[in-house]
Amino acid sequence: MFPDEVVQRCETIRGHYPTPKAAMVPVLQVVQGHKGWLDPESQVWVADFLGVTPMEVHEVVTFYPMLYATPMGKHVIHVCRTLSCDFCGAKELWAHLTGKLGVQRNGTTADGRFTLRAAECLASCGTAPAMLLDGERHEDLDLAKVDELLGAVS
Amino acid sequence: MTLKHSKVLSARFDKENSQALAGYREDGGYETFLSVIKQKQPDEVIDIVKRSGLHGRGGAGFSTGTKWSFVPKQTDKPIYLCVNGDESEPGTFKDRQVLEFDPHQLLEGVGITCFAVRAKVCYVYLRVEFAKGIRAVQHAIDEAYAAGLFGQDIDGSGFSLDVHLHTGAGAYICGEETSLLNSIEGARPYPRNKPPFPAVEGLWGCPTVINNVETIANVPHILKHGAEWHAGLGHPEDPGSRLWCVSGHVAKPGWFELETGYPLQELIDGPCGGIRGGKQLKAIIPGGSSSKVLLPDEVRKVTMDTPGIRALGSSLGSAGIIVLDEDTDMVDACLNLMKFYAHESCGQCTPCREGTPWIVKILQRFMDGEGKASDLDLLLDLAENIEGRTVCALADGAMWPLTSIVIKFRHEFEAKIAANQPVGVA
Repeated sequence: MFPDEVVQRCETIRGHYPTPKAAMVPVLQVVQGHKGWLDPESQVWVADFLGVTPMEVHEVVTFYPMLYATPMGKHVIHVCRTLSCDFCGAKELWAHLTGKLGVQRNGTTADGRFTLRAAECLASCGTAPAMLLDGERHEDLDLAKVDELLGAVS
Repeated sequence: MTLKHSKVLSARFDKENSQALAGYREDGGYETFLSVIKQKQPDEVIDIVKRSGLHGRGGAGFSTGTKWSFVPKQTDKPIYLCVNGDESEPGTFKDRQVLEFDPHQLLEGVGITCFAVRAKVCYVYLRVEFAKGIRAVQHAIDEAYAAGLFGQDIDGSGFSLDVHLHTGAGAYICGEETSLLNSIEGARPYPRNKPPFPAVEGLWGCPTVINNVETIANVPHILKHGAEWHAGLGHPEDPGSRLWCVSGHVAKPGWFELETGYPLQELIDGPCGGIRGGKQLKAIIPGGSSSKVLLPDEVRKVTMDTPGIRALGSSLGSAGIIVLDEDTDMVDACLNLMKFYAHESCGQCTPCREGTPWIVKILQRFMDGEGKASDLDLLLDLAENIEGRTVCALADGAMWPLTSIVIKFRHEFEAKIAANQPVGVA
């Protein structure tokens, strides 16, 4: 179902623990990195790979915000909404992005390029406002900087 | 007591390529680890850390050496160390500096700690949002293995250690130590009831020590310079050098390494350049968002140490200081934080799962011009029925900012009620 390279990475991770189940989150992240999201078939594959039930996988997938149980756009944006960011530019950043992309929270652009999500504190409070773009952190943002970042991945 | 800027944890942060093993060893790195595992007994190390006065830097502030001493001396089970790098407490961004700029300092601490508590395996738990820190730590682990600093029979000492990086997936609750254990085990990460404490029954039912990143990063320095050296830094009852994080409405936000005992007002006025735009201070949340808010009068007299902050009924927590200026709408600030806790409640305990969204709804009513006088009592009543009635401390941590804001800034809520347009009036 997955290329050898992906399976090998999962096997290496599984070897770090006395029980295969402990590899759950890191293995799901490898699969998500390959597939973009954790579709039901992938969840069943992970269950077989770890020797657990599909429900055990599903209850982990549905718990964590950074595991995607629904399809995402090609690029995923997480804007920090917690206090220090909120008071230091995140409100303006959020308004700019919803306007520019034409989506609301958790929305994906019609062309499938961007999904816009809110994140809780990204530990960038001293360099607010902050966001993740495809998992990489960007800080001290202003609207021009955000436009540049999105332009660079388009 | 002398008050000073210190450079212990951050001493190497500015160096070029500070993450690399070569530079770390040129600066004497891992010498302490290698001498400890060859020349000391585990209990000697625990005793030194106990006497150093080091307290945990994750939020709860428990004595580190005492925590280590709870691990059973005689056990047939494997012993584990977990490093808590799930740093998610609003206002806190200190651990990521260690991870990104000096990961070997952390890993040397991991080595010494594992030796002290007789652990043979360590999991370094990092939140997945720390992509840069994850790369730095994984590279450092690989370098340490390649140099024979981790693995079997390290430098002929007979001591063996495996270190693995484990990633979280975006849940604040996993910073709670027993939730972190369930997260590593691959279960839904609900916190566990205590007792049994993790030192007795942790990962897979085995003795486990869980320490914060900054706590572990202190360990090599204490073993190198001695317990007395550390005990002499800052406030005698809560000694040490800490990475203070200041954010919000200050001219120069950022992290600052200072010994404990530093006057909070001096930190704001000095290194932080005062309140942004020449405004007046309205309030400070001193120890990450899960601490009680302080008023300007309190800020003026408090020193940054556990006895000083406790005397005002608040806590030092994770040392994440959020500064709010005179223009801040405290109801809005409170709502922002309560949305955080409502989102991050794991859902295991009813008071927290149902109570935190209810509080969000009530606060939203105030913001929408529909708040009522009875809502203020309802908020405090809810808080009383949530705090202390859940498995973990997330709900307690949510109620401390809530109740302190409602009590200390009641007039702001009342002003919103007074400004409400009566229904039916044009």
